[in-house]
Amino acid sequence: MSTGAKDHAQLSDIFNKDEARVDWHDETLWFVRAKRDKAAHSLPEWETLREAASQIKDNVLSNLHDYLLQFEANAEKNGIKVHWAANGEEHNKIVHSILKENGVNRIVKSKSMLTEECHLNDYLHKNDIEVIDTDLGERIVQLAEEPPSHIVLPCIHKKKEEIGELFHKHLGTLEGASDPVYLTAAARDHLRETFITRKAALTGVNFAVAETGEFVVCTNEGNADMGAHLADVHIACMGIEKLIPLRKHLSVFLRILTRSATGQPITTYSSHFKKPRPGQTMHIVLVDNGRTTQLGRADFRNSLKCIRCAACMNTCPVYRRSGGHSYHTAIAGPIGSILAPNLDMKNYADLPFASTLCGSCSNVCPVKINIHEQLYKWRQVIVKEGYADPKKAIAMKVMDFTLSNPTIYKFAGKAGRFVLKHAPFTVNNKLNLWYKHREMPEPPKQSFGEWYKQNNKND
Amino acid sequence: MVYPTKQTCCGQPMANSGFEHLTQGCNDLFIENFSEFDYVVSPSGSCVLHIKDHLHAEKAEDKALGIRKKIYELTEFLTDVLKVEKLTASFPHKVGVHQSCHGQRGLMLAQMTELVEAPFSKPLHLLNMVQGLELIELKRPDECCGFGGTFCVAEEAVSVKMGKDRVADHLNGGAEYITAADMSCLMHMEGILRRQNSNVKVIHIAEILNAQEF
Repeated sequence: MSTGAKDHAQLSDIFNKDEARVDWHDETLWFVRAKRDKAAHSLPEWETLREAASQIKDNVLSNLHDYLLQFEANAEKNGIKVHWAANGEEHNKIVHSILKENGVNRIVKSKSMLTEECHLNDYLHKNDIEVIDTDLGERIVQLAEEPPSHIVLPCIHKKKEEIGELFHKHLGTLEGASDPVYLTAAARDHLRETFITRKAALTGVNFAVAETGEFVVCTNEGNADMGAHLADVHIACMGIEKLIPLRKHLSVFLRILTRSATGQPITTYSSHFKKPRPGQTMHIVLVDNGRTTQLGRADFRNSLKCIRCAACMNTCPVYRRSGGHSYHTAIAGPIGSILAPNLDMKNYADLPFASTLCGSCSNVCPVKINIHEQLYKWRQVIVKEGYADPKKAIAMKVMDFTLSNPTIYKFAGKAGRFVLKHAPFTVNNKLNLWYKHREMPEPPKQSFGEWYKQNNKND
Repeated sequence: MVYPTKQTCCGQPMANSGFEHLTQGCNDLFIENFSEFDYVVSPSGSCVLHIKDHLHAEKAEDKALGIRKKIYELTEFLTDVLKVEKLTASFPHKVGVHQSCHGQRGLMLAQMTELVEAPFSKPLHLLNMVQGLELIELKRPDECCGFGGTFCVAEEAVSVKMGKDRVADHLNGGAEYITAADMSCLMHMEGILRRQNSNVKVIHIAEILNAQEF
């Protein structure tokens, strides 16, 4: 997503100009976090499930090569054509070539963050292929010509009135109408018409089972099914980390996915696709796009355990108050901030710093990714690779010099207290970002060290 | 009890900014100051967590490891080591407890709302022994205040908004004081309270546990 090279801090600053909207955004997502808590607490075995999910995914990452080949062999046995894409561009070309072969120039697509990551819609659009996103939230942001701001709730940044305006303009709903039931009915009519007229459907993949060669797509709207069941060609795109070894492992993942995402016990539709129906062709595109590089980074490899539930976004106090678009990448929030630098360290150098390292993300993660620890580690990598602000690097060197030397440290403390007391105007001004919305601390008369010297009876 | 007067800082501000490789001077000084003691106690959860996770020394790794194992946050030390069960403190006020993230989620001073585990809280265990003290209820008992070290200026807008929201939760609960086991969170929230001309004060938990107000 192009943001005119603004970083997370600058984009968040803009987002925070409208405080009432920030409050609304924060409350909306906190409501989802609270629903997640309720769902998790309804299962006494919750933490055991998280541990099981984490271990299964650890096993997948350690044996990815074998599971991928097993999956490919079983899927092909089932009559599915399997394609391999090293990167986003290859993925887009493969999808395009399948469509060309079948003479298709209009498709429906259910939710797939992978295709967002690969910028498939743009690519197909440039090649004169029309894509209609059939997930309601995605359709809304598509009409608004915006990227999703959240991986599970793509249009969570939009109010119903704004959606009403969009629908009035694009789908002919009544002007000023914002009743969700009315708007959803209009979207339903619009999408039903597209489902029956499109010859190819693209879906994402939530879980691909190595043992059987089948894949599972989870939606609440049934839109993946509507698309795939009516189309002659079904293309499913997945990152290579979406594998699970055995079908029975779904009994762990399907229980934690939606409880973590929205607080529901399970998605309305958990559809298993194993083989094409007679007359249909089915394709799977397995995409690397940086995943094997990440797998090779010891500190960051387990970010690939992610099942895209977005619990880390909903709980993140920074995400809730900065909005998904401030992360200027397809996958926002804490998980996006540890995935994006792997793809482009320079462009996403700001993201690991868009966190207070509070650790809530790691606690809600259903597959136990140590997200906040990885944010810390990415910071070290980004600085070492030279992508930090040079002004910050100088400040840190001064800090190191001061803190390594007790005499200079004491002098600096005294000087600071003196300045705050006698020349507050030097810090209480607009150059000091602390002071913009916060008072400076009142300078104590003496440091604790000085007080201790005067009062300690042991000395 | 000794306060080594040559101590400076644990180095966390640099490390959390991505400059952990510059903290060796801090680490060496820390080890020089503290390795001789049986226990190291600090009234700041985030400093303790930083030392526990990141104190290293090429030439004295055993000493570094030793300190990492014997450093305690104050309420943790009072609860787990001294096993304090009674206090003579008195503090007749309505108090809101801010659970600082590094203390809570890093050092596990209290159970976290995200987990499905039995509740406990070392700070609350101690505060409940203080006469006259009334704890207020918060809507979000363990949301971050937004200080976050250099985050507080690097991400000024979000940091301030988080701080305002955290303070508002305490004000809505009727707090006269906001307390925590971490000075940095308190400094941040105090800056916001004072900008709002609020009468609500911040106070470190040690001051309450030692208070003699009647």
